[in-house]
Amino acid sequence: MPDHGYVWAAVGLSFAITWLLRALPFAVLAPLRDSAVVAHLGPRLPVGAMLVLAVYTVRDVEPSSALAVGAGLAATVGLHLWRRNAMLSVLGGTAVHVALLSALG
Amino acid sequence: MHHLRLAVHDTRSVSFAYLALGATLGVLVVHSGLEWWWATVFTALVYAGSLEFLLVGLVVAAVPLATVALTAFLVNLRHVFYAVSFPLHRIRGAAGKALGTFGLTDEAFALVTAKPPNEWTGPRILWLQGFCQLYWVSGATAGALLGSLVPSSIAGLEFTLTALFVVLALDAHRTRRDVPTAVIAALSAVVALLLFHERMLLVAMALFTAGLLARRAVSSRRTVDA
Repeated sequence: MPDHGYVWAAVGLSFAITWLLRALPFAVLAPLRDSAVVAHLGPRLPVGAMLVLAVYTVRDVEPSSALAVGAGLAATVGLHLWRRNAMLSVLGGTAVHVALLSALG
Repeated sequence: MHHLRLAVHDTRSVSFAYLALGATLGVLVVHSGLEWWWATVFTALVYAGSLEFLLVGLVVAAVPLATVALTAFLVNLRHVFYAVSFPLHRIRGAAGKALGTFGLTDEAFALVTAKPPNEWTGPRILWLQGFCQLYWVSGATAGALLGSLVPSSIAGLEFTLTALFVVLALDAHRTRRDVPTAVIAALSAVVALLLFHERMLLVAMALFTAGLLARRAVSSRRTVDA
């Protein structure tokens, strides 16, 4: 079991670095908020950021669980296009994935 | 009361994912040999999901603090892009802005940017972020406390995060139906994944931003030509 002082230091560093990365860019961008480039990028970044993160979460998928991931994705997207209920889509997609994973595993 | 109800409403799409993923993190914390309350400390103070999952492995392996710092930097560097879209100017006062940036997770970013900035008041954003963190900390604490009772976590539960990001992407796309943007993002993600794998996040965001700027340059030239 690691020493408490060490873990607290790791937590403190992670806290400080994460917060600075989230806060400092606003100071840099504040004068640019009315610029045409920021106005162009602003509304378009969210969809890209979420897509990139979704791909990132499946970066280590093994071939053996590819089917479970594919089916989970299809269920999530299908449910969301059909009912537009985020909780249902996340719950349904995860349920399909977990069920297939344990059935095939 | 009004703000409380709004916050529950604003966060209903992420509540389950936060609770389930938080519980997964809590189970990981105790199964890695850390005391249960570290799950509460990690989620309350670090509050960056993917980093917290990595942090458990790092501190258990007792890696140098410089490695922890570098990991925190690389995993969360993507957040610098969020200042472009997040309406922090709706939040007044230094304390409010401090809280607003502390709670600027991927999920809070997606929820807030899914509506036009003028639909948000400062308190409404902060309450939304507060509820997000409440779900996350509660899930992790409960998972850590129950985790000592169960032999192992359910395989595949981490897919919750994938499903959540897919749902948030679909909702973001619905706000602004712009297919080329989604295509540029998907291409950027796949190229970065193939070239950089574990370190793809930042490259993908940079490629995506460059792609958007290139597309803007090309279309504005066309407008000038015409």
